Amino acid sequence: MEHFETKLTVIGTGMTGMAATLFAANRGIDTVLVGSTSEIMFASGFIDLLGVHPIHERKSWKNPWQGIAEVRRDIPNHPYARMDETDIRTAFDQALSFLKDAGLPYLRRNEQNCRAVTSLGTLKSTYCIPHTMWAGVEALEEKSPCLLVDFRGLKGFSARQIAAVLQHEWPNLRTVRISFPEMEHMEEVYTEALARNLSMEHNRVKLAEVIRPHVKGSVYVGLPAILGISSSYEVACDISDKIGAKVFEIPTMPPSVPGLRLKEAFEEQFPLRGVRPFFQKQVLNVHNGPGGEFKLDIGGDTTEFGVKTDGIIMASGRFLGGGLRADRHQIRETIFGLPVTQPSDRRLWHRRSFLDSRGHPVNRCGLEIDDEFRPLDKSGHPAYPNLFAAGSVLAHQDWMRMKCGSGLAIATAYKAVKAYSQMNERPVGP
Amino acid sequence: MCLETQVLIIGGGVTGTGLARDLALRGVQSILVEKKDLNAGASGANHGLLHSGGRYVASDPETAAECRKEGDILKQVAAGCIEDTGGLFVAVEGDDEKYIADFPHLCSRSGIPVRALDPSEAREFEPALNSKIIAVYEVEDASIDPFKLNLENMDHAQALGSRLLRHTEVMAFDRNRKRIQRVRLRNTKTGEDILVEPEQVVNAAGAWARKVAAFAGAPIDMIYSKGSLLITDTRLTTRVVNRLRPASDGDILVPGGTVSLLGTTSIRINSPDDIRPTVEEINAITDYGSAMVPALQKTRFIRAYSGVRPLIGTQSGQGDRSVRRSFALFDHIQDGLENFVTITGGKLTTYRYMAEKTADLVCSRLGVSAPCVTRTEPLPSSETSQWTEPGRAPREWIKNKNPEDIILCECEMVPRSVIDSIITSLRDKDDSVDLRAIGLRSRIGKGLCQGAFCGIRITAYMFDEGELNADEGLINLREFLNGRWKGIRPVLWGASLIQEELQEAIHCGLFGLEL
Ligand SMILES: Cc1cc2nc3c(=O)[nH]c(=O)nc-3n(C[C@H](O)[C@H](O)[C@H](O)COP(=O)(O)OP(=O)(O)OC[C@H]3O[C@@H](n4cnc5c(N)ncnc54)[C@H](O)[C@@H]3O)c2cc1C
Ligand SMILES: Cc1cc2nc3c(=O)[nH]c(=O)nc-3n(C[C@H](O)[C@H](O)[C@H](O)COP(=O)(O)OP(=O)(O)OC[C@H]3O[C@@H](n4cnc5c(N)ncnc54)[C@H](O)[C@@H]3O)c2cc1C
Repeated sequence: MEHFETKLTVIGTGMTGMAATLFAANRGIDTVLVGSTSEIMFASGFIDLLGVHPIHERKSWKNPWQGIAEVRRDIPNHPYARMDETDIRTAFDQALSFLKDAGLPYLRRNEQNCRAVTSLGTLKSTYCIPHTMWAGVEALEEKSPCLLVDFRGLKGFSARQIAAVLQHEWPNLRTVRISFPEMEHMEEVYTEALARNLSMEHNRVKLAEVIRPHVKGSVYVGLPAILGISSSYEVACDISDKIGAKVFEIPTMPPSVPGLRLKEAFEEQFPLRGVRPFFQKQVLNVHNGPGGEFKLDIGGDTTEFGVKTDGIIMASGRFLGGGLRADRHQIRETIFGLPVTQPSDRRLWHRRSFLDSRGHPVNRCGLEIDDEFRPLDKSGHPAYPNLFAAGSVLAHQDWMRMKCGSGLAIATAYKAVKAYSQMNERPVGP
Repeated sequence: MCLETQVLIIGGGVTGTGLARDLALRGVQSILVEKKDLNAGASGANHGLLHSGGRYVASDPETAAECRKEGDILKQVAAGCIEDTGGLFVAVEGDDEKYIADFPHLCSRSGIPVRALDPSEAREFEPALNSKIIAVYEVEDASIDPFKLNLENMDHAQALGSRLLRHTEVMAFDRNRKRIQRVRLRNTKTGEDILVEPEQVVNAAGAWARKVAAFAGAPIDMIYSKGSLLITDTRLTTRVVNRLRPASDGDILVPGGTVSLLGTTSIRINSPDDIRPTVEEINAITDYGSAMVPALQKTRFIRAYSGVRPLIGTQSGQGDRSVRRSFALFDHIQDGLENFVTITGGKLTTYRYMAEKTADLVCSRLGVSAPCVTRTEPLPSSETSQWTEPGRAPREWIKNKNPEDIILCECEMVPRSVIDSIITSLRDKDDSVDLRAIGLRSRIGKGLCQGAFCGIRITAYMFDEGELNADEGLINLREFLNGRWKGIRPVLWGASLIQEELQEAIHCGLFGLEL
């Protein structure tokens, strides 16, 4: 069994864990990253900061920063209430600049959310948008003539549906269904395969040829999110040139190519920045070392590596990520067995209607933390001085209803890393 | 609009559709009205057990004997809806010794075949049984697909000239002395009012029969008992497994295709509307059921659901379980009505017999002498009724090997062709098409994703086909998801909770469907 030593270990390779690792690398902290399948693969690619608050009023915020100020006032335990706006802004600046360098540029209006079309035809209010989707935001604002394209055999994406749902909001939408070039014989096509196909220039030429005759008077052309993987920005620009209209992507139901892009961007960059990643691995056991350090057993099913680490950031997610687990009676935290704030009884976990605007109480359960983002034990004190938590595992937030998923991930990751490095700056000992 | 008919049947459960078919086979035309959709009541929310009768031998020997006779008939005439699994009655340590000892005798009293087995022998062919079982009897239980049964009865009746009006609710009766002259109906989707002038009216509204009879000024003494059930993600046993004790909660496990159904509870409620399974019920039946099959403690449950049993003549004040399970046929002569009949209560197992008795009465009033033929006339299987059976769609799909026929529901492997055929048959009958209607006629939304993925795919497909327009798609999807939720909510822990989180991330986190 191999042994490693490190300053910091980040547990979790979702948006939170990736962001925390990035921020740690930016500070020059020696970091190990470990985690397996996360929500990032399902994510739409949008980075929400804050969309809705209070959720039961369905109040949408045009300016997310004002929304956050309101959240701070109304929900003092919300993770956003434990950090300054400047920290959140710095976190976003660093994350977006990283993504740009990694070939995945995002755009935003600093003080405003923008609206983008989804594959259901709903309009999603979000903060940062992949560059490849940006033209769609402008097209929607201008209500410009626009052609929506979908593909024969791509299930769950109907251009006709989007146009029909939006017919009042955006009457200038036309649709066309085409066969994806050289896949005409295939009855089913999949987003990832189409995206990989379009990484090749000669395939883009063929696709543009098929689409061009349909463009007619349209200024914009919307497509499902399939415009390449590692070089999506270049792919989108190239297809726009070839078609002669501004092309944009529309996020699809999972499996989602923009999620895959995020994952690949982080995975490719980290080794270059000195991070030691253990992808597709789990923390199987945690032992407490004599000097307050942790020793982790890491592996697939059985222990393959031992890691001695001075500090840990838990970004282990909720049920889907595996950081929380529910049995018939209660919800537990899976790595350290930390107390989980939760309703007293399973009857109270969910409301009677799935789409109840108040949200389900189970989605606000999670870890309690102090202002340094250290999870608390039963007595209400930090469980360990050198253990931090960030992201969706935290209590008192409902990212799905408040539309703050990736934003919360990035912001809290930043804060946890900051708290970790401040801990190191403090003199050791009582 | 004013329609005329010989018989107006109220209620699209298996009693109503069975009656429509029985009458049609005797040459009597009917209109069946259903306020929601076929299988919206108890016929779509039961245990799917074709009772051998063993369960009622002590409490209600008459019903036991009826079940025994009818079970045999249905195995002949409705074989396509039945899986002849056989059944076991098992007792565990601590169960009433006297009940165990009396059981074989009580069975033979009602003419029910029964055979004692050695517990260890039983565990050899049903390894999921608890090692602590102390007695086992084998009986002739079977599992029955009530959805298919109901759809086939209606399809046959329609093929013979009867009409079905879905989403059509009885609102009032116009009474003229001893007759119901006109029935006022309302289409619940469009709000349109419809009048019918029937010669005879049959109230087959199940647990709502009391409410319907009250419109005619005819009181029925009825109370409501809710029963809840759980669906497991795999099939746990080959046979039906009953607990060998007086009927109680969580004591029957019925296999159905690729899953098993565990139930039930019995809870007195005030109204048959808006019922749903609760967390307490789910906890209770899981704990009770695991006395027979311990794996139930660890099994993943896909969904729960509830149905209402109408219990008739319950003044006695005994427990609801001991009220007779046999049916009630009221001729309402006492209430001063000559052309109104109520048929309610009973069992799925005895639906045919209930329909026969009702049709006999209606025919005698109409002066029709044609005899009942449903005892021997096989129930034809139809194009539309076949897709409710778990595993059917994938089997056909693999057999047909048509690459163009892409799968829209991946959990239950429901291909486009099945959706098309359901849509076409609904359209042929001038019916509205929506996700819920397709759901009642197929397995969509019934697999592990519980509609999160297939709901989106089928919505998109329906837009492509021009079946949906404008806002309909989102309204449809919201209704479909909220409809599935009722049954998912009480089983949300473990893997099901993970699935739910993904569903909510997609539908709320990304798409904002709640806004
Ligand atoms: C369908 C869907 C749509 C979304 N849409 C949006 C959107 O429109 N806008 C937006 O901003 N965000 C969106 N998101 C993204 C989402 O907001 C974030 O990904 C989410 O908040 C969770 O991030 P996380 O990193 O905290 O947790 P997760 O992504 O769940 O990651 C948890 C990580 O912890 C790891 N882990 C758990 N236990 C262990 C262990 N013992 N050892 C090692 N590793 C462990 C897991 O393997 C996983 O890598 C969407 C997500 C989904 C699923
Ligand atoms: C939990 C449970 C488990 C069961 N398990 C079994 C079993 O394993 N084996 C077995 O043999 N039996 C079982 N039964 C019994 C069986 O399900 C019923 O006997 C049978 O389904 C009754 O059918 P029905 O047509 O009489 O009533 P229903 O199926 O309830 O049909 C009545 C219909 O009338 C409609 N209606 C109501 N009011 C109006 C109106 N005003 N206008 C128009 N339509 C109206 C309703 O929407 C409904 O669809 C079970 C019952 C329950 C509740």
